[in-house]
Amino acid sequence: MKTFELSRADDPGQAIAAGAKATTAQQGAEIRFIAGGTNLVDFMKLNVETPQKLVDITHLPFDKIEALPDGGLSIGAMVRNSDLAYHPIVRKNYAVLSEALLSGASAQLRNMATTAGNLLQRTRCMYFRDTAMPCNKRDPGSGCAAITGVNRNLAILGTSEHCIATNPSDMNVALAALEATIHIRGTKGERSVPIGDFHLLPENTPERETVLEPGDLITQVTLPPPSPGARSLYLKLRDRASFEFALASAAVVVTMDGGKITRARVALGGVGTKPWRSPEAEAELTGQSATQAVFQKAAEAALRDAKPQSQNGFKVELAKRCLMHALKLVTQTA
Amino acid sequence: MAEQSQSKETPQASAQFGKSTRRRFLSRLGMASLLASTGHVLGEPSRDEAAAIPEKMEAVPAVEGAIPVALRVNGKKYDLQIDPRTTLLDCLREHLHLTGSKKGCDHGQCGACTVHVNGRRMNSCLCLAAMYQGDEITTIEGVGQPGKLHPIQEAFVAHDAYQCGYCTCGQIMSAVALLTEPCGPEDAEVKELMSGNICRCGAYQNIVAAIQSVRQSARPEKAG
Repeated sequence: MKTFELSRADDPGQAIAAGAKATTAQQGAEIRFIAGGTNLVDFMKLNVETPQKLVDITHLPFDKIEALPDGGLSIGAMVRNSDLAYHPIVRKNYAVLSEALLSGASAQLRNMATTAGNLLQRTRCMYFRDTAMPCNKRDPGSGCAAITGVNRNLAILGTSEHCIATNPSDMNVALAALEATIHIRGTKGERSVPIGDFHLLPENTPERETVLEPGDLITQVTLPPPSPGARSLYLKLRDRASFEFALASAAVVVTMDGGKITRARVALGGVGTKPWRSPEAEAELTGQSATQAVFQKAAEAALRDAKPQSQNGFKVELAKRCLMHALKLVTQTA
Repeated sequence: MAEQSQSKETPQASAQFGKSTRRRFLSRLGMASLLASTGHVLGEPSRDEAAAIPEKMEAVPAVEGAIPVALRVNGKKYDLQIDPRTTLLDCLREHLHLTGSKKGCDHGQCGACTVHVNGRRMNSCLCLAAMYQGDEITTIEGVGQPGKLHPIQEAFVAHDAYQCGYCTCGQIMSAVALLTEPCGPEDAEVKELMSGNICRCGAYQNIVAAIQSVRQSARPEKAG
């Protein structure tokens, strides 16, 4: 691990001022905020991240989960994944989020990892993690070793010729289906970004993963009020039964009226370069009966633009079946 | 094998270590490699210097850039000067000599380093020690003592819930924390919440049995 200077921010202004001195908030950032450390310390040990300064933000007052007057929920950026997963309001109104969180990592890591940290979780692509290998995300312009290499776990949606790395987070997939909003405080004040706009596609700049700029501090994530009568579910398929990243996952939020689906929100994990919301699948479901044929159409629509690599063609079918099964389960209980 | 190759690299050091006990020899080897690995900070030690490594860790001069860190571990307060890169795991093992917490993968994947911070289990290999000042840290050394074991420790013995023992301290720290976490009654739910602790010997069945025996005896009305 490269050496660094460690400081502690006692208020958000201190953290923002410290972070603003970096030239980027993306790959290669010289200054990093640190909280749970589960991702950052791991990458620092690998020399994938080599910040010169770390700003400890664990003492900032963003550690609360609060019901909002409109019936929605505010989740502080510092709220630990386990506390969020087990919170009674989350379990009752946003089951998909609780299930997604509990399907990720281990109990120890969930006790450490924060909401904002999970939003910023980096890919598990082995070439990104290995500094001996070319990787456009880690070292722009060096090439992508995954496209011609071992790519079984990597993305089939949202890829570019420069990067096929998967966003590994389960929480992000649930937040995409729940239409969460990310609240950011920076040098120019506060702003809110819908989760769909927060993560960027790799395109020509895979080293840029989010809209964050130097000094930007995520303060909270808000969820809209649950749609009346909506049921939600997270289904994750993986090589191991536990403590493993998704090969394919589906977050579904569905409202039924009689046998008909009146509202559907669908997001896929394990297959996209960002948490993959599918308005195409939602359109196929809305106003339709909850039948296998309709689920099939939705799944086909969600994966229509899939571009499999040499080793991950199976993910197209796996993701379809994952989504169809999730829809079957959630409409059965609805 | 490791001892042999090391002695080839540092013949003088090995001569010095010649009359040492095995434990002393290994701990000095550890020091030699520590100094070698921080050579860019300290300046490479000469072979004579390496041979003259002091017996006690505390006598080693502070690393350049070390920062003061106050930790509370198992109810005791420690004032240390450590490199900011020091993980909580390395701090516990190398500075406080609490070697119950083990280094397995060093990347938060195996659970051998599990400790409690304010009663919550965490992977100490991914914690920077300097960020945990003011927290109550509990290691396996603070959980039970010979003759007065924690019920989970007793159950691990009774159920033969280990083989080589390397992962055991982490397993026990996880299991003790699990007792106060939301966990359903089934074995499958215990397995899920213990999935952050890997056992290469494969003692999983007995580990689950040990944990379940403590959970069931803690609530006899439900165990029926």
